[in-house]
Amino acid sequence: MAEVATTPPPNFEIVIQPSRGWLNIPWAEIWEYRDLLHVLVQRDFISRYKQTILGPLWHLLQPVITAAVFVVVFGGIAGIPTDGIPKLLFYLCGLLGWSYFSQNITNGGATFINNAHLFGKVYFPRLIVPISVIVSNLIAFALQLIPFVICLIFYKFFTHQGGGIAFTWRLLLAPLPLLHVAVLSFGVSLWMSASTAKYRDLIHLNQYIIQIWMFATPIFYPLSQVSKKLTWAIWANPLSVPIESFRICLLGHGTLGVSEIVISVATSILLTATGLIAFQRVERTVVDSV
Amino acid sequence: MKPVVEVENLSKLYRLGAIGASSLRETVERIFGKKKQVAPAQFTKDKPIADDRRGPEPNSFWALKDVCFSIQPGEVVGILGRNGAGKSTLLKILSRITEPTSGRATLRGRVVSLLEVGTGFHPELTGRENIFLNGAIMGMKRAEIAAKFDEIVEFAEVGKFLDTPVKRYSSGMYVRLAFAVAAHLEPEILLIDEVLAVGDAGFQKKCLGKMDEVATKHGRTVFFVSHNMGAVRSLCEHAILFEGGRLVMTGNPGDVISRYLSATSPQDSDVEGQIIWNGKDAPTSHDLKLRSIRLLNGLGVPQTTFESDKPITVEVEYEVLERIRGARFCLLLLTQEGEVAFSATDHMFQQETQNPGVYKTACLLPGGLLNRRQYIVHLQCDIPGERYVLPAAEYLSFTVSGIGNQSSTFPEPWPGVVCPRVSWKVEELKS
Repeated sequence: MAEVATTPPPNFEIVIQPSRGWLNIPWAEIWEYRDLLHVLVQRDFISRYKQTILGPLWHLLQPVITAAVFVVVFGGIAGIPTDGIPKLLFYLCGLLGWSYFSQNITNGGATFINNAHLFGKVYFPRLIVPISVIVSNLIAFALQLIPFVICLIFYKFFTHQGGGIAFTWRLLLAPLPLLHVAVLSFGVSLWMSASTAKYRDLIHLNQYIIQIWMFATPIFYPLSQVSKKLTWAIWANPLSVPIESFRICLLGHGTLGVSEIVISVATSILLTATGLIAFQRVERTVVDSV
Repeated sequence: MKPVVEVENLSKLYRLGAIGASSLRETVERIFGKKKQVAPAQFTKDKPIADDRRGPEPNSFWALKDVCFSIQPGEVVGILGRNGAGKSTLLKILSRITEPTSGRATLRGRVVSLLEVGTGFHPELTGRENIFLNGAIMGMKRAEIAAKFDEIVEFAEVGKFLDTPVKRYSSGMYVRLAFAVAAHLEPEILLIDEVLAVGDAGFQKKCLGKMDEVATKHGRTVFFVSHNMGAVRSLCEHAILFEGGRLVMTGNPGDVISRYLSATSPQDSDVEGQIIWNGKDAPTSHDLKLRSIRLLNGLGVPQTTFESDKPITVEVEYEVLERIRGARFCLLLLTQEGEVAFSATDHMFQQETQNPGVYKTACLLPGGLLNRRQYIVHLQCDIPGERYVLPAAEYLSFTVSGIGNQSSTFPEPWPGVVCPRVSWKVEELKS
């Protein structure tokens, strides 16, 4: 049998001592464990659908069902206009970024609680877990794009309602808001993981935060419908910018200023940086208390 | 040669009140200075904290205190100590699961810790998928696992079921697969905590063999925590003894084992010769829990010194928590040096299935069997060919003394692990 090179360099050394400092992320070690990231993503994906009949088809169905409910409730009953864009398409577009965000923080925000047993038995860089959540939900995001693209093509080319939809060069920028959502949700899930590990009470609070967050994000209403007095509240939410950006990139329709983008990006980076610090502080001795 | 493991003044402080996540309210109250005075806890699991283990704050204690040692590459080191002596805390720190409070440890090489078999196994995934998952969690590269894949499968003897979800595996298969992955890791330093206590005897032997091979052939360093004196004795070149969070002895396994066993009885019972568990400390699994073990003389009184010609009863009281099939108790009498004097089982006397309830099994050792020396009572409960219900552990020791050898009037020491009363026939032959 061929020996795989497993010998570390001769001066390889691990020093264990109480850690000091605010932020020392073992980036090199996380890179070393990239194969673990791979299998964790695989595990999440396989285990989620092993016992379901429809399997990954759920990813296609979920946004369609939610959007259909929105059409009835927000479009029909509440009568909120969607700026001339077909309602189903408008909601599907808003849900793209939102589902990715909410799944990330739901799964990633319970890192320590869901993995208490594993963390108590074996060492690996703990950050791998929230990172794997962000990556594995990306697969769900990709699948979710399918019904959206079908709808987009249908409305644009086969109906007369497609007038508001414009394909522009901005279509190429669509990965940017996705990256923005990934970074923001990573930061939020780090904060949630750290705080729920320390205070169990916050698990319940987090569920409300997710619900309220959805209403505070322009998913089922366009910004043009928000009264001038409340616009600040929408922009105070760092998720509003990437959600609106998706709409601009994919549907060619939306309102967004440079200052809003700058503030939102800065907030997301700040949340992630402080989240890393909080996560690290908890990670050191979390197994003693979970 | 530089030592592969160097531990300097390693200490770990645990807070008692804070076990379990604190509630937000407590913190808020603390911040605003409204915190009520909590009576200082002086008990862990109903046992008082010894004075020298109390930490600086009222609710804290040292799980590990000022531990220093160093280990050369290729050594197999047994770590001994009672429950709560700090063995597991040491392994947790060395495997970087938790941080020490002070002190420092230097490890020169890759570390793999095996504190449990099958950590991270996912029931929905197949055997094949779990090999890769478990290997990666243990720090193996995908390529390494792929290169060893066939070896792992062969070792685990699960070939046919490779593509079956592990939730359909028997517990024996599950353990075999999990250990197979672990046995094929090739770290420079391997930390093992009692994991050999699972699996059936044949597989256990295979695992011990594999561990030995890892150490001798590949020159890896192995730390091995166990209550199984036989395994420690046969595998380890060195042993370290912990008592109350401190390292009290290092040396060759024979000496350390004697010191360990001659130390005070594990549970401070009022009467010697028995252990009665009434709290959470009882050895337990999901389906069975020990209640007491007693060494009784002919009058049913527990004691630790017996006459060599008098019978001894080893009585075990246990509680079945969940209906269990085919379980048996095995009793091993070991000498202080760790040799097995003999073993016995109640298999033929046990009922096939036992429903939840309290049971007693007693082994009657006839007089005129044992030698004049000290013996250790080793006990395990297993379902043959399937799994261990309670892993093998030594519980009590007793001394046999009294009027000499079975066939001699002189009380001289006699070689041999046992000294059964045998008959002789002496006659003068006519010439």
